[in-house]
Amino acid sequence: MTQSDTDLLFSPYRALDLTDEKGLLCGRILADLGADVIKVERPGGDSARNIGPFYNDIPDPEKSLFWFAYNTNKRGITLNIESLDGQDIFKKLLKTADFVIESFDPSYMDSLGLGYSALSEINPRVIMASITPYGQTGPYRNYKACDLTLQASGGLMYGSGDPDRPPVRISFPQAYFHASVHAASATLIAHHLTQITGEGQHVDVSAQESTWLCIALESYFWPLLQYIQKRGGGVVRRGANYFREVWICKDGEVNFRFLGGAYGRALNNLVTWMEEEGMAGDLAGINYETLDIYKITQEEVDHLEKMIGDFFAGKTKAELQQGAIERHIYLQASNTPEDIVKDEQLASRDFWASIEHPELDVTLTYPGLPFRLSETHPIKRAPLIGEHNIEVYKEELGLSAEKICALKQANII
Amino acid sequence: MRQPLEGVKVLELSTAGVGPFMGWTLAIWGAEVIRIESEKRPCISRVTLVYKDNKPGLNRCYLFPIMNWKKRSFGVNLDHPKGLELVKKLVVWCDIMTASYSPRVIRKWGLHYDEVKKIKPDIIMVQTSMQGTTGPNADSVGFGPMLKALVGFSHLTGWPDRLGTGPQGAYTDFTAPWFGVPALMAGLDYRRRTGKGIFIDLSQYEAGLHFIAPVIMDCLANKRIQNRCGNESTYAAPHGVYRCKGDDRWCAIGVFSDEEWEAFCSTLGHPEWTKEPRFATLRGRKENETELNRLVEEWTVNFTPEEVMEKLQTAGIAASVVADPVDIFDRDTHLKERDFWKVIDHREIGPFTYCRLPPILSKVPLETGPAPCLGEDNDYVCTEILGISDEEFAEMVADGVLECV
Repeated sequence: MTQSDTDLLFSPYRALDLTDEKGLLCGRILADLGADVIKVERPGGDSARNIGPFYNDIPDPEKSLFWFAYNTNKRGITLNIESLDGQDIFKKLLKTADFVIESFDPSYMDSLGLGYSALSEINPRVIMASITPYGQTGPYRNYKACDLTLQASGGLMYGSGDPDRPPVRISFPQAYFHASVHAASATLIAHHLTQITGEGQHVDVSAQESTWLCIALESYFWPLLQYIQKRGGGVVRRGANYFREVWICKDGEVNFRFLGGAYGRALNNLVTWMEEEGMAGDLAGINYETLDIYKITQEEVDHLEKMIGDFFAGKTKAELQQGAIERHIYLQASNTPEDIVKDEQLASRDFWASIEHPELDVTLTYPGLPFRLSETHPIKRAPLIGEHNIEVYKEELGLSAEKICALKQANII
Repeated sequence: MRQPLEGVKVLELSTAGVGPFMGWTLAIWGAEVIRIESEKRPCISRVTLVYKDNKPGLNRCYLFPIMNWKKRSFGVNLDHPKGLELVKKLVVWCDIMTASYSPRVIRKWGLHYDEVKKIKPDIIMVQTSMQGTTGPNADSVGFGPMLKALVGFSHLTGWPDRLGTGPQGAYTDFTAPWFGVPALMAGLDYRRRTGKGIFIDLSQYEAGLHFIAPVIMDCLANKRIQNRCGNESTYAAPHGVYRCKGDDRWCAIGVFSDEEWEAFCSTLGHPEWTKEPRFATLRGRKENETELNRLVEEWTVNFTPEEVMEKLQTAGIAASVVADPVDIFDRDTHLKERDFWKVIDHREIGPFTYCRLPPILSKVPLETGPAPCLGEDNDYVCTEILGISDEEFAEMVADGVLECV
């Protein structure tokens, strides 16, 4: 169902988004929910516009696919908040805002006189969300970081990769996305309180902590069993045994783990399938709901895995995925980006969004909303540099054309 | 200070990771979360490996409290008509409902949105599953360790000359929940304003793709199929993980600008190789990266990763110990100082240390609470919420409608 812009889930609310690549996704979530998110960029455009890949591989601040992906549904203005005039305008805008999202170094906003306590004096209802590598407090708060070092300090990297090579990161940056989704979540929870008390607050999100949560489950084996889950090249340790997680099939890989006990039915289903094709051997006739996979020997695990591996090797990813769905088996194909864009499930759900870019004379295909809402709205492309300056400065703040020209010449907008 | 979600009532018809993590987030900030559980379908976090004193038992698994503290547990047999009736009463009671059993099972119970909204028209409901509630693959089942492959994380993690290994763990269990929570909270606000409810279909596959959206758009717009690239970056060198003193000890280092390269060389004491013209520019360093990495490691192996990190951080260069669980739990003074660890109680397991939720709210102290045993709150739910008489309660226990372990 499409609704008018005034009646979306979160349309009465406004966010000022001062972030760079560390926090863009947070603002995008608010915008996807219908909030009026104004991306405040420095004059000339945000640094995140220089992050590739670029449309047609032409490096240009108006062609960054990274920028496009994380700024849809936002409006955009330029403003130099380091200048006094810029700060003055920012404070005027602040009076209309419910949220400020920022990702500067911890003391930066304070140094401009725009820290939370200053902002709350102007607008006590405002919620400020700060996304940083290590948070606003603690001995590492001023540490330099990049995605690589955060995947390292967040513990995600240590157990990933092959045993004979160094720990390895996910090749595409991740840490700040984790921080961003947590920031969006906590900001909206704080907003619920603001609706009751009339008072905003400061939300502090550390990318290190947000990343660590991803690996929490495996990490508790250290305090509990005194062993460290090492990188196993697609094999994971559970107690005394090692289990394969990444399997080779005819045309690629699939992820599968066999489980017993209460979750043994999925293995029963797989063995039935193997049996139908004459490949179950001595795995047939066993009820795996009675199997405790943590009590059997590694030899037994290896035997199961040999039989299963032989079965997978003769099937394609698509065949295995299809069979897994029909037979309720815990298996998923390992997709390449190409597999994903061709995926029938995504297509059948109308996941992809076509978004016009008149300036580029092209309609680009985007991943659709991260959540499917029963009340939703079409996705708008990311703003151009200063695209909504006139709309915001003239029509909303009532600045005169002369004043806007003067601000432009002073490099404030 | 009151907790943000005080008075918000949540029914958690969820299992495994994503659903319970959403409920955990709401519970931590003050919502009353009632988790529906059954002995017949025990959550995987109740039956995995690590039990108190190594004695298996549904209330003895240490993994359960991780994402379930501060919740209540209602043990009820949903395959019994009376059990289903009780849960439908809770549907009417709650503001928010999360559902994360497979769509097929949710439909079988008649607890999918089309049915639920008939008895609770303004409910705010999220249903989350591997691949969404519609489409040919709606019945796909699994867990984070499998789904991370479907989303492309396995393909994008590892070495280009080897298999994609993926990041360790149930990765997509951590990419989906916090898309769901903001949508639920916006839904709550929407209902307050309009009186209308909302349904959120959270496909863990689709949500996860937002963590690699530019990679997907590169494929769509430029027909480029990005591949895993170890620890390299196209615009930084050195950019990698380097062996340090100790057993399997490593430090991650990222040098981006010319100034950082200068500071890096200075930290190393300007050894001869750093003066070679082939390393003078980023382009040169990228072209000679294998050799560069070897030389950097000749330096890092002389120090512990902590020493390398401190030396480089002093020079303003991004560097971090590649933290293993011992680092995180025992050595990371930063996390300790930020009060990252909380002692959580549990009736059978006893107190144990778990991490808090990452965000810190400046005006709301985080309050902890125990994790429940299966069915621990049956009495509370039946008496206080559903107004069931003692006789009827006893009858339902005897009939196996209510379960308590």
